[in-house]
Amino acid sequence: MVLININQLTQPPMEQVLNHTDQHYDPEASKLGMWLFIFTELLLFGGLFLIYSVYRYLNPEAFHLAAHELDTFIGAFNTIILLISSMTIAMSTSALQQKNKKLTIILIVTTFILALVFLVNKYFEWGIKFEHGIFPGSEHLINDFSQGEILFFGLYFVMTGLHALHIIAGMIIMIIALVKVQKEITNADRPVLLENAGLYWHLVDLIWIFLFPLFYLIH
Amino acid sequence: MENEKPHIVPYKVYFYILTALITFTMMSIGITHLNLGPYSVLGAMIFAILKSFLVLTFFMHLKFDQPFLRIMVSGVFLLFIAIVLLTFLDYFYR
Amino acid sequence: MQTAIHIPNDVSYLDYNGKYKGIFSWIFSTDHKRIALLYMFSMMVLFLVGATLGLAMKLELIAPGRTIMGPQSYNAMFTVHGVIMIFMIVIPGLAAVFGNFFLPIMIGAKDVAFPRVNLLSWYFYLTGALLVIASVLFGNGTPDTGWTFYAPYSFKTGTNLLPAIFGAFVLGFSSILTGLNFIVTIHRMRAPGMTWLKMPLFPWSLYATAWIQLLATPVIGITLVLVSLERIFGIGVFDPALGGDPILYQHLFWIYSHPAVYVMILPAMGVISEIIPTFSQKHIFGYRAIVVSSLAIAFVGYFVWGHHMFTSGMSGTAQYTFSLLTFLVAIPSAIKVFNWIATMHNGSLNMEAPFLWALSFIFVFMIGGLSGLVLGALATNVYVHDTQFVVAHFHFIVFGGVGFSFFGAIHYWFPKMFGRMYDKAWAKIGWIFFTIGFLTLYSPMFYLGMLGMPRRYYDYLPEFHAANILSTLGSWVMAFGIVIIIINLFRSAKNGPIAEMNPWHGKTLEWTVASPPPVENFENIPVYGENDGPYQY
Repeated sequence: MVLININQLTQPPMEQVLNHTDQHYDPEASKLGMWLFIFTELLLFGGLFLIYSVYRYLNPEAFHLAAHELDTFIGAFNTIILLISSMTIAMSTSALQQKNKKLTIILIVTTFILALVFLVNKYFEWGIKFEHGIFPGSEHLINDFSQGEILFFGLYFVMTGLHALHIIAGMIIMIIALVKVQKEITNADRPVLLENAGLYWHLVDLIWIFLFPLFYLIH
Repeated sequence: MENEKPHIVPYKVYFYILTALITFTMMSIGITHLNLGPYSVLGAMIFAILKSFLVLTFFMHLKFDQPFLRIMVSGVFLLFIAIVLLTFLDYFYR
Repeated sequence: MQTAIHIPNDVSYLDYNGKYKGIFSWIFSTDHKRIALLYMFSMMVLFLVGATLGLAMKLELIAPGRTIMGPQSYNAMFTVHGVIMIFMIVIPGLAAVFGNFFLPIMIGAKDVAFPRVNLLSWYFYLTGALLVIASVLFGNGTPDTGWTFYAPYSFKTGTNLLPAIFGAFVLGFSSILTGLNFIVTIHRMRAPGMTWLKMPLFPWSLYATAWIQLLATPVIGITLVLVSLERIFGIGVFDPALGGDPILYQHLFWIYSHPAVYVMILPAMGVISEIIPTFSQKHIFGYRAIVVSSLAIAFVGYFVWGHHMFTSGMSGTAQYTFSLLTFLVAIPSAIKVFNWIATMHNGSLNMEAPFLWALSFIFVFMIGGLSGLVLGALATNVYVHDTQFVVAHFHFIVFGGVGFSFFGAIHYWFPKMFGRMYDKAWAKIGWIFFTIGFLTLYSPMFYLGMLGMPRRYYDYLPEFHAANILSTLGSWVMAFGIVIIIINLFRSAKNGPIAEMNPWHGKTLEWTVASPPPVENFENIPVYGENDGPYQY
């Protein structure tokens, strides 16, 4: 084996060094890492979607019946909120690249507020269910509903609950991105943190895009 | 492998995508009023799939990224679908 | 890793402490080589715990009836033995230790893509392990469900399951992050000129493994979460009383746990693919075939999980589809064995310890694999499912596969990692005792299984007695072998003769750096020319 030792600085392969004071900044690596993480989230929720599809297949009428308890309007409203928030955070990356720091921050804050609205809606939705005595393991659920309906609500709470946890995580990530943009650590030359925050948020939106029809649109 | 100037997506592109997404959302609600029998799941899912395609391609920038990323993403979705299908070989034929 | 300090290239990773002193320079280190050793030492401790449980189980089984423990204790023992060995030893094992140590060096990089995430992986590993141990020491009784946590018992048992499940969940995070790190490292940090098809086979095996770690682990993550929710809230997903299907639990469990066995075996095969060319002083036969078969195993391995469930009550269609796919996945493994043997043919064989381990790996792996065909065929499966035959099968293929490969790897790379050579005679003696003990311990189980002795039982019929005695004796011989090996390696790490840079005359990049390697591996990143590549003898 012939090794040619070229006395030069470390270079990422076939890649132009973006900023020669920091040869270790590799935005493509960070982006790839974020996508790989997104894959794990897809499979995590995928397991739940698999369970949902099996039980819906086995209990079609019960799922149909149980879905009446959910309010399609709130579900649709939440869907639109999340879609708008996806747009705003996507726009924020364009703003950052165009060195418009003020607009970037406005857009991130808007996304955050929309996320908050979503969570508040969810809080009320769940609150109504609890008032009606519908929650996992509740007496009313176990005694008065059919097995298929019990499964529907079990899945509803687990899947929307896990989704809500991811919304909270996304909001925390947004705050981190906001701080870094404000301090100009994340900027037009080093945008990858905000881009990755956006990717995470779009994932949260993607999951809801599938949750919405499966729980709210069974008619 | 990477161009010096990253591709900047204009704001209005994102806005158009949002309108498409909202339209699809409305249509998915509308389609539930049709009686499609056993295909009602499919009706709702078709719009979900279209919406997710738009989010992935534009919001998540896949259209402007390197092809191998698109291949990976498709691969993951296909893997998931294959697992679902295999599982249904049990439930469908019990 | 951005540092203003220039780390001199003549300081080995063992000596350079960086910002911290003493033990903190190890547990806060982001150097992939130190993290590898952190994994190795934690695993060694956990392995000894798991092995002790195994020896205790074999002691119980030396005679029918109660010998040293009752049925509840026995159930707890095989549960914890399984959880430790599977989640803490064989799944992370080779990737976390040798992958972490050698992946960057073998591809000509200074570290992995995300060194701090790498350290975080180890923190998750430790946390998960401690949680599982906590489930044993505290609470209402050690978990007794088996490492498989089958529903509905897993949410009905009064034993202390939640910490164990949560521990397994956290261990899953460790696995996912390692996989993520390795994929990005391989995509982005190969040395200039090292195209994909010039990458050595151990990194290739880590790449295939990493994809399984990444995509399959989340499924068991969510499944364990659901079992916990079932225990706490009674949501009903797996509870037949509420409409749930326990078989669905099994599907979800095995959708991860089958690909997990390929996480175990692919790096093991990768190590063998490194040892054999070096000890035959010959280019590997069929480099591309091995690459393709590694990826094929990873891919097809996702679709065979049902073979763990043939008798569960799933449909006939599912049964024979999974059986067919199972037969398919055996093919790429067989291709590798042919390639290894073809490499040895007409090679200049160096019969030292690493090569002995590699040879015996092929032997036990073949036995394990062939017994897998018996299990993969529906007609024979119904006779041997849940018998000692299965126990023999998976110990041959998992312990045989990962274990022999691990010993091979440590004996191969020891001089590079520690700069010293071990006693070669004692290494061979250790190998002899271990291998004879291993075969004596596990071979009778095939026979016992075919006669009908069930698994996970602390008692058995008198006609199974003789074979059980032989098996337990084997466990003692094997344990003795392990002791010899560990003592030899520990003594040699401290006092062994200084090793040369390339004692085995290998042709991959790790043999071009000092033993032990300097902190940043390479003074200058190597550049591969058109005619360069691994295994060029």
